[in-house]
Formats: sequence, structure tokens, C-alpha cells
Amino acid sequence: MHSSWWLNALIVWPFVAAGLIAVLRVSSVKFMAVAFAAIEAALAVVVWSGYRGNLALSGAGGADYVSHSWWARSLGLAHSVGVDGISLLMVLLTAIVALLALAGTTAAHHERSYSAWLLMLVGASMGAFVTRDLMEFFLFFELTLIPSYFLIARWGGKDATRAALKFFIYTLFGSGFLLVGAIYLAVRHYDQTGTLSFDYAALHGTVVTTAASVWVMVGFLIAFGVKSPLWPLHTWSPLAYAEAPTAGSMMLSAILAKLGTYGLLRFGVLMLPGAVAHVAPYVLTLAVIGILYGSALAAVSKDLKRLVAYSSLAQVGFIMLGLFSQSATAISGSVLLMFNHGVITAAFFLLIGGLEKRRGTSVIGDLRGLQGPAPVLAGIFTVVMLASIGVPGLSGFVSEYLVLAGTFATHPWWSVVATTGVIFAALYLLWAYQRVFHGVAEGENAQVVDVSTAEKLALAPLIALIVVLGVYPQVALSRASHSVNSQAPAMWVTDSTGQVK
Amino acid sequence: MIHAPSIHYVTILPELIFLGASFALLLAAGLNRKVLSATTGAVLTTMAGIATIVVNIIQWRDVSTHGATVTIAKAVIQDGFSVVATGVIAVGSIMSAWVMRDYLARDRHRATEFFVLALSAAAGAILMVQANDLIVVFLGLEILSLGLYVLVGFDRRRSGSNEAALKYFLLGGFASALFIYGAALLYGATGTTSLTGISYFLSANAVLRPGLLAAGAILLLVALAFKVAAAPFHMWSPDTYEGAPTPVTGFMAAIVKVGAVAVLLRLFLMSLPTQTDLWHPVLYVIVIATLVVGSLVGLVQRNIKRLLAYSSINHAGFILLGLFAGGARGVQGSLYYLMTYVPVVIATFAIVTVVGGRGDATHDLNAYRGLARRQPVLGGTLALLLLVQAGAPFTTGFFAKLSVITAAVADGGVVISVIAMAAAAAAGYYYLRTVLSLFAADDPFGEPVAVPVGSASVIALGASSAVIFGVWTGPLVALAHHATLLLP
Repeated sequence: MHSSWWLNALIVWPFVAAGLIAVLRVSSVKFMAVAFAAIEAALAVVVWSGYRGNLALSGAGGADYVSHSWWARSLGLAHSVGVDGISLLMVLLTAIVALLALAGTTAAHHERSYSAWLLMLVGASMGAFVTRDLMEFFLFFELTLIPSYFLIARWGGKDATRAALKFFIYTLFGSGFLLVGAIYLAVRHYDQTGTLSFDYAALHGTVVTTAASVWVMVGFLIAFGVKSPLWPLHTWSPLAYAEAPTAGSMMLSAILAKLGTYGLLRFGVLMLPGAVAHVAPYVLTLAVIGILYGSALAAVSKDLKRLVAYSSLAQVGFIMLGLFSQSATAISGSVLLMFNHGVITAAFFLLIGGLEKRRGTSVIGDLRGLQGPAPVLAGIFTVVMLASIGVPGLSGFVSEYLVLAGTFATHPWWSVVATTGVIFAALYLLWAYQRVFHGVAEGENAQVVDVSTAEKLALAPLIALIVVLGVYPQVALSRASHSVNSQAPAMWVTDSTGQVK
Repeated sequence: MIHAPSIHYVTILPELIFLGASFALLLAAGLNRKVLSATTGAVLTTMAGIATIVVNIIQWRDVSTHGATVTIAKAVIQDGFSVVATGVIAVGSIMSAWVMRDYLARDRHRATEFFVLALSAAAGAILMVQANDLIVVFLGLEILSLGLYVLVGFDRRRSGSNEAALKYFLLGGFASALFIYGAALLYGATGTTSLTGISYFLSANAVLRPGLLAAGAILLLVALAFKVAAAPFHMWSPDTYEGAPTPVTGFMAAIVKVGAVAVLLRLFLMSLPTQTDLWHPVLYVIVIATLVVGSLVGLVQRNIKRLLAYSSINHAGFILLGLFAGGARGVQGSLYYLMTYVPVVIATFAIVTVVGGRGDATHDLNAYRGLARRQPVLGGTLALLLLVQAGAPFTTGFFAKLSVITAAVADGGVVISVIAMAAAAAAGYYYLRTVLSLFAADDPFGEPVAVPVGSASVIALGASSAVIFGVWTGPLVALAHHATLLLP
């Protein structure tokens, strides 16, 4: 059996599982869904442990499990899979968050279709992360919209329909630019070689004029910037994050947002490095604005979910900063930050979802003194919060440090301004913590029960990842940075002394 | 002594089959004392359709071994494109026939004329697809239109149907006049009405009367734009779509597009490629207007048939984008679009027919609220069909858009492609809003509707074609790729 079948299994299994859940009439839907997601996670672990990308296998970026087969040749469609260190992290993140989203939350109604949609969303995200073909990526990227739309609209809060529609239309509108840009590159490739192909390796070597590559990059920035979200294309996100059900917010912020940044890295930054130099000052500025704007709005948010949504905007600002810094160190940091932010924000939404279930609200003003009745909950929240702030020893620190340090070497002023974002993060998170957990609990707040065993089980892996990657980031970083260094232009890569290799 | 032109009968067999079936049904109805049932008509249409598809297979082998054939004094052509487009019309006719049957049975209409007219209209469309002469194109156009004028007004007890027929007839007649005027001017400029003849003339001679040629080409473009309901010549279509009996709306949306687009492709890419500078700017405006009108005006519709009319205008914009791009890739794009659009649109209108209920009257969008909860399979399938039309990935709807956009980008039309995708996103909004209302919890019209077996099969066929060929894309893409138009 060819090794790429592991990746095909990763894509196909969630869809099969969704179909089984829709068809089979068993009594415990949740148990079955969790079991299916666990199988997916097991597959991801197999792929992770069998990964040999660091052995410098193939030309364009040392990907492993590679296979390519034509699908409809005259349209240039192909099924092409493979993972490098970057996709590997995303695959693992997707599988873990999906498992915990299913295990840690319960649908308010229609549990069967809820689990099925969630699993479909996992399958579509997996497909986007493991494909090596831009058009196939686009297909999966678009496919994620349908399940997430239904998840938000049907299981979300009061304003969910509007939130879902806004999310869908924004992304759909942005993705038009991605499609046209992708086709433009493929057509240029066809003109040069006579083969219509959207394959990453093929498009990577396509020669386009600087002006054209900048336009394509701008198109990609719009498409992926909406998804990530990059300021000022973020306006759908606070509403969608706040209205979505807990599992939906987890998937949106931890995984779907990463589809945006991942796509921008793979098909923008690494594929069109020439254009990066031209757009970098603008994108870096937008990223920094995003960091400051997100922090400011997080500070004044009245609702915990919105707070995390705005804090995500700031974190994505850091990711964007690293991606466009033209420094391989910062790019690797961004990849690690994608993973860490996914874990941290998933933990946040799990915790807030738990609070919401207990108290029926996530409005900060209604919560007070929860530390008293729920000390363990408060403790876990503290760890996640500290990781998000970037306290050394927890995962957030390493990635933010790499991003800021790498960017400082190439674009010092942007890095300096962005660093204030770390301080703001401490400010708004600690202030929110103070308001929610400190003080004396009265009334309903005093009745809050502490985390249950099931919740502990769902949160434990996330906390473990936060701690392990804070102490020993090399386990993830080495894979990511190897792939980044081998795919980025040589002049972006520096050794430990800051010299271009 | 007059020599009768030689006739390659296999080429014109599809027209003969459909016209023959039409006449046979007419004759049988006249000779029979009892009124023939709707099932008879549907069965006959199905037989004609299947026979045509068999002939198509024979034609396809003929084309792939011997190349294109031109026959009857170069008036009719058989090439890969005509064979596949004919097949699409045949499939569309078969599917429509069963929706028509269920509609006629439900509303207790006299059935026979309905199928006589539908069969002859399909024959007209096939003639348009195969025509290599402006006179033959006109013949096909009129055979197609005459049948449809009557079909649109068939429900004569309902004033909406009458109104629709009148509008369609007046504006259709106007378009026909424009067409024949344009054809005459083109004849004046080139001395021939043969499509290949015009092409040869223009490639070998300097045009002495460019004004005549320009006026003729633009008039023809406008006349055909009327037929495909391209903006700004789309005004008739929402009213006609709304008023016509619903199965006829579906039939029209599918069949007329195939016929008219085939003529547009042949005329502009085969006969007038040397004059691209002349018609390209006009087409540019038409395509953009069509895309924008189809997406934006659709946003404010409250009636499903009007909504789908604008959706159909939006699709027309995409199909014309293939014409705009031109070349083999453009033809492939438009043809693939038609191949995949026809079953989907007929299936969609089949659901609208079913939900419309007796009297074909319940078409308010409110009637669709909660449909997927009352009837999960019917509502779910409609949701799927709408998503396909919105261009959902892993369905033919996406690959159809991809193939025309690829052609447009390859032709240098990046801006128009971006506009098209933006229009698709705007149209996505009304598709999606409708999809969501299907799943809404409240249901003001709580009665489940009956789905007859014939309609159910058509709906299943349309939906499954979109999904199966959306995942297994190879065959249809390859078919569209190899179904080449005889390009100069």
C-alpha cells in the first residue's frame, strides 16, 4: 500500500463517519461521533509518527506521503496529496481540536446532524491541509463553508442566521479572487509548458511578471485575509465567533482561520516570494493594526466570546506579521503560532462554552467571583490565559518570540510596535480574568459547579500541549522550520548569528 | 434541371425522430376517439429521446473517425459539438417529459398537444444546434419558439400564463425580426448565409461594406441575447418564467439555452472570428450586465420562479463568458456548462412543480420555509440543487464555473472573471438564503406535498448527476473537451 493512502484515509474517513452517523440509528450519537473522531486522531498520529520529511526527500519542500493522479486532465484537475512539516502540524491540530470539540460539547438539539456536519467540516479541512494542488485546496477550502454555515446557523445563538450568512458571503466573495488568481497562474504555467496544472510544485516554478505576481498575491490576500481574518477584512468574525455554538467557534478559530493563514503561507508567501517584497510593508502594517485594534476591542468587549474573537484577531496579526517578514525564523514562528493559537483558542472556547452552559451567559458583567465556587476551572483558565499572553514556559511564548525576533531582523519598526500587542494581551486578559473570577460570588454565580471529569478529560490534552510545547517546542518546531527553510528563498534563511546562509 | 442536394441522413436523424414523434402523436390523437393520456406522450418523448441518444452514439463514432460532416447543400453540420449538444437536448426532453406528465395529470389538463408541442420545440432546438446556415438557424429558432409560445400560455384558465405567453410572443417575435434583419444584412455584406461560407468569405476578402457587416452581426447578437435572456434583453424572462406552467419553465430554461448558445458559438467563433474586435466589446458589456442583473436583482425576489429566472440569467452570463473567451477552451467551457446545467435546472423546476401544488400556484418563497423538515428528502435535494447552482465544490456546478473562468482567464479576461466570481458570490446569497429557509423551524404551510414517481426520478437524476460527475469529473470534462466545434 502506498503511504499516501494514509492521507487519503484522513480525508475520506470523516466523510464516511458523517455518513454512518446520518444513517445508523444507534442510541448514543455522541459516543459514536467521539469514537469516529478518535479514529481520525489516531490516523493523524500515525501520519505524524511516520513522517520522514526531514530526510530531504523530494525537491519542492521535502514533503512526505506524496502522490499525484490526474482527475480531469483538460481542466488541469488532479488529486495530489503530501504533507510537509507545515501541513503536518495543521493535520495534527485539526484532528485534536475536532476530537475535543466533539467530546467536550453537546448539541442542544438534532445531535445526529450536528455531529455529521462537524465531521464533514473536519474532512474538508483535512483535505485542504494535505493537498498539494491549489485547485484541490480551493475545492476543500470552499467545501468547509457548507458545514460551517449549517453549524452556525442551526446551532448558534439568537443572531446566528445573520452571522452564518455574513460569514459565508464574505468568504465566498473573497474566494473568487483566489480562484481567478489560481487560474491565472495555471494558465501561465500552461503557456510555458503545455500542461494545465494547479500542482504546487508546478506553479512554484512558473515564471510570471512582478506586476502579475503582485496582483495574484493581492487576490490571495483578499481571499485568505477574509478567512484568517486580516484587518480590515475581519468584520464577519466577531459576530460569527460569538454566535456559533461552542464547537463551531472552536473549529472556526482554531482550524478554519488557519486555513487562511496556511493557504497564504503555502500558495502566497512560499509560491510567490518575489511578490512578498512588494506587498510586505502594507501587509505588515495591516497586521500591526490588526494586533492593536484587536487588543483594543478585546479590552472593551462585554462578552467573553467576543473577547476571544478579538484576541484571535490580534493573534492572527502576529501570524501575518511573521508570514510577511521575509525571515524564515519568523515564518517558522508563525507556523508554530498557528498551532499554538489553535490549541489555546480551542481551550478558551471550551472553557467559555462550559461557563455559558452553567450560567446561561458569557457576558462579563454577569459573571463574578467564580474562583470561589470553581477553583479548578479558574486554574485551567489561568494556564490558558497565561499561554495566550505569552508567558515563558508556556507554548504561546516561543512562537510569539520567534515571530517578533525574526521580524525585528528584517522589519524592526513593525516588530517594535507589534510587541506592544503582547502587553495589551496581558492587560485585557488579566482584566477580564479579574472581573470574572475575582471578587465575591453572589446569587447564581455562587452556584457554579466546578469542571466535571468529562470536561477535565477534554481540556487535559490541550493543557498538556500548552505546557509541552512551552518547554520543548523543538518537537514541533524542527519539522516546521525544516520545511520552511527548504522552501523559502535562500536569502530569507539566516543561521543562529543572523547571517544569511 | 435542378439537382437535389445529397443528404447524409444520419446527420439529420435526431430532428427527424423528434419531428416524427411529434407528428405521430398528433396523428394518433386525431385518429383516436379518446383523449390520449399524458403517460403516452411522456413515453413517446422518452422513446424519441433514447433513439436520439443512440443515433448520437453512432454520430459520435462517425465524427471521431471521419471528422465533421456538412450536408444538404452545406446547410446542416454534424460535428462533435452538435452531437453532444443534441444529446443534452434529448436528455433534457426526456426529463422534462416526466415532470410534464405529472403536472398534466395533477392539474387535469388535456395532454396530447402538450407533448406534440414539446417534441417539435426540441426538434427546433436540435436544428439550431446543427444549423450551418442562417436560414436554417431561423427555421430552427421559429420551430422552437412557436412550440414554446403555445406551451407558455397552455394554462389558459390562469391569467398569469396568458400574460406570460403574450409577453414571450411579442418580444420573441421582435427578436425573430431582429434576427432575420441581421441575417439579411450579413448576406448583404458577404453574399452568403452559410456560416462556413461567411467565414471563408471574410478570411479571403476585404469587406467592402463594414457598416453592413457590423450592423448585421450586432443585430444577430442582440436577437440571440433575447433568446438566452441576457441583460439588457432579459426583461421578458422573469414574467414568462413566473407565468408559464412550471414544467415548461424548466424545459425553456434548459432547451432554449442549448439551442441559442450553440448558434452564438457557431456564428461568432466559426463565422465571425475575423471580426472579433467588432463584437467583443458589445459582448463584454452584455456578459457583465447579465452577470450583475442575474445576481443582484435576484436578491429582492419573493417568488421562487422569479428567483430562478434571475438565477438562470446569471447562468446565462457564465455560459456567454465561454463565448467571450472563445477558442477551443471557451467552447468546451460553454458546452460543459450546458451539459451540467440542463439536468440540474430541470430537476430544480421539477421540485418547484411539485411544491406548486394543484393549480400551479404556490410559488411564494414562504411555501418553502421548513420544507426540509416536513420532507427531508425533497427539501434536502432542493437544498443540494441550489447549492449546485451556487457552484458548491465537488459538484458539477463548480466545475462548470471553473471551466468557463479558466477559458476567460486564458483569453486574458482577468477583470471579467473577477466580476463573474463576485456576481457568483452575490447570487450565492440568495441561493443560500433559500436553502436556510428550507431548514427553518416554523412552517406556515404545513401540508406535505405529494411527489409522483416520475418527478421523483427526474429530481433524483438531476441531483445525482451533479454529485456523481462532481466527484467523478473526468468523463464529462473529457466529453466536452473532445466535442469540438468545427473552428476555422
